[in-house]
Amino acid sequence: MNFLLKKMKQIEPLFKKGGRFEKLHSVYDGFATFLFVPDTVTSRGSHIRDHMDMKRTMTVVLIALMPALLFGCYNIGLQHTRAFGLNDWTLMHMFWFGFLKLLPMIIVSYVVGLGIEFVAAQIRGHEINEGYLVTGMLIPLIMPIDVPLWMVAVSVAFAVIIGKEIFGGTGMNILNPALTARAFLFFSYPGWMTGDAVWIEGLVKGGGLDGFSGATPLAVAKLEGIANMPSAMDMFIGTIPGSVGETSTVAILIGALILILTGVGSWRIMLSMTLGALGIGLLLNATGGNDYTQIPAYYHLIMGGFAFGTVFMATDPVTAAQTNTGKYIYGALTGVLVVVIRVFNPAYPEGTMLAILLMNVMAPLIDHYVVNANIRRRIKRIRTA
Amino acid sequence: MENIEKEPLLSAKNIKLLKNPLGQDNPITVQVLGICSALAVTVKMKPAIVMAVSVMVVLAVSNVVIAALRKSIPGRIRIIVQLVVIATLVILVDQFLKAFAFDVSKQLSVFVGLIITNCIIMGRLEAFAMANKPWPSFLDGLGNAWGYGWILIAVSFFREFLGTGSIMGYPVMEKLGVYNFGYEDNGMMILPPMALITVGIIIWVQRARNKSLIETK
Repeated sequence: MNFLLKKMKQIEPLFKKGGRFEKLHSVYDGFATFLFVPDTVTSRGSHIRDHMDMKRTMTVVLIALMPALLFGCYNIGLQHTRAFGLNDWTLMHMFWFGFLKLLPMIIVSYVVGLGIEFVAAQIRGHEINEGYLVTGMLIPLIMPIDVPLWMVAVSVAFAVIIGKEIFGGTGMNILNPALTARAFLFFSYPGWMTGDAVWIEGLVKGGGLDGFSGATPLAVAKLEGIANMPSAMDMFIGTIPGSVGETSTVAILIGALILILTGVGSWRIMLSMTLGALGIGLLLNATGGNDYTQIPAYYHLIMGGFAFGTVFMATDPVTAAQTNTGKYIYGALTGVLVVVIRVFNPAYPEGTMLAILLMNVMAPLIDHYVVNANIRRRIKRIRTA
Repeated sequence: MENIEKEPLLSAKNIKLLKNPLGQDNPITVQVLGICSALAVTVKMKPAIVMAVSVMVVLAVSNVVIAALRKSIPGRIRIIVQLVVIATLVILVDQFLKAFAFDVSKQLSVFVGLIITNCIIMGRLEAFAMANKPWPSFLDGLGNAWGYGWILIAVSFFREFLGTGSIMGYPVMEKLGVYNFGYEDNGMMILPPMALITVGIIIWVQRARNKSLIETK
């Protein structure tokens, strides 16, 4: 570490004003602050400083994503063996198989996304935004494993440029960039984002066992009836087909615990979103309507992308509501919308992505009314006093 | 009368009428008018071109007619008079298309009729033709229609090329053989949101190049 620090200090003058690589100073800045806590000292007034800056926040989220990522790797292998009848694979074999399949996707996501961030930072003379560290990991985790790499690259470019840089970069975006990327792929190349084959490595090219269906539990419920869905335990553990990181509720809960304990993720949103989905689920169970309303309410929490969306997507501090009251409203409405889209929309078996994106758009409005209500309440208090 | 003869037909002022709407005074990207049809008819290039030409005919002729009548139109019913003129021309264009270009007419369907409600046409009549002589009004109509038209054609080029892999119906991507490498057409380009985003990108590029268009708050 000391060696690295010395080396960084040694090349620093090159990037200062007048140095040879002056134009690349934000690149240097980005790397230096990524590796070490900056040693700049405030010159005027007193400031309270904390090591919990944006880079550390992002690192915590990355750590929280690890359980879902590791389980995702294992599950890719597991689903592959099931589809192709490879019964002699060991656990490590499955894991490595999945890891090697996922790795190119992660690399493409980071190279394209960070590349655009670097270029944008140079053009605008900004510092490099570290927001992409998390987005770049989220994107592979919410894709089907078989999606072609060039499509990942296109969607990442779209999400970073249209979803984020246009609005002014990290912290200014209206929509969650990772979900923007997924929505772009979903509507652009639906053949690779929906259906029965894309969730399992190699099944698109064919060659699976006869009669094997790689449908996700949500699709099974829609097409074959609720009775044919996998057991609740399977869905909770995550040994089901689905996007890479979304299947295992257990792994996601570990991540949620990390986020809540470190104070990085908002427990208010997670709680209210879960309650919202449960509430509307129970209500639909009682009222009926179509066959799909009869799915047990708690199933909605453990199947599809609900858990992953709740913990890692809806809680995005930039695109979620900012006020505490607003967070409860935002979360609850997102949860309700997820279930409503799942149950009542015949075109989309999954509703998490669209529900969160929709509520991202609504979040500023919610905040606006919460803040105004607070102002009115305080004015009243002054008048009565 | 003498006044007209003194000014050459294509004086600097008149050229400006023709050229400004193409760029810094563009009806779509700067005034943000006529967006609805720009989103609806830009899936393929052919209908977009036909639409652009139709709007050009309607706008130029109605501008001339209204400019000629401008002194005899009572102020209180001028909108109705303008609408009658536009509607007559739109019906003529519609019948012409049905007779000579039935396929395209079917693709454009209701949007030919909706030229009547195109904000650009009413806007130009109110803002220009009601206060100017026929010849400048004609140039203004041509300029604005062409400003509208080239955006339409540009957007439809990208949408057709990326969305269905062809240009003017010619399957370019297929001839190039890129499908063999795993390339696929982007289904979202055919959906209306991408028309909005494409127009947005054109606006972005235009403002990045011409700083005077950026609003100061």
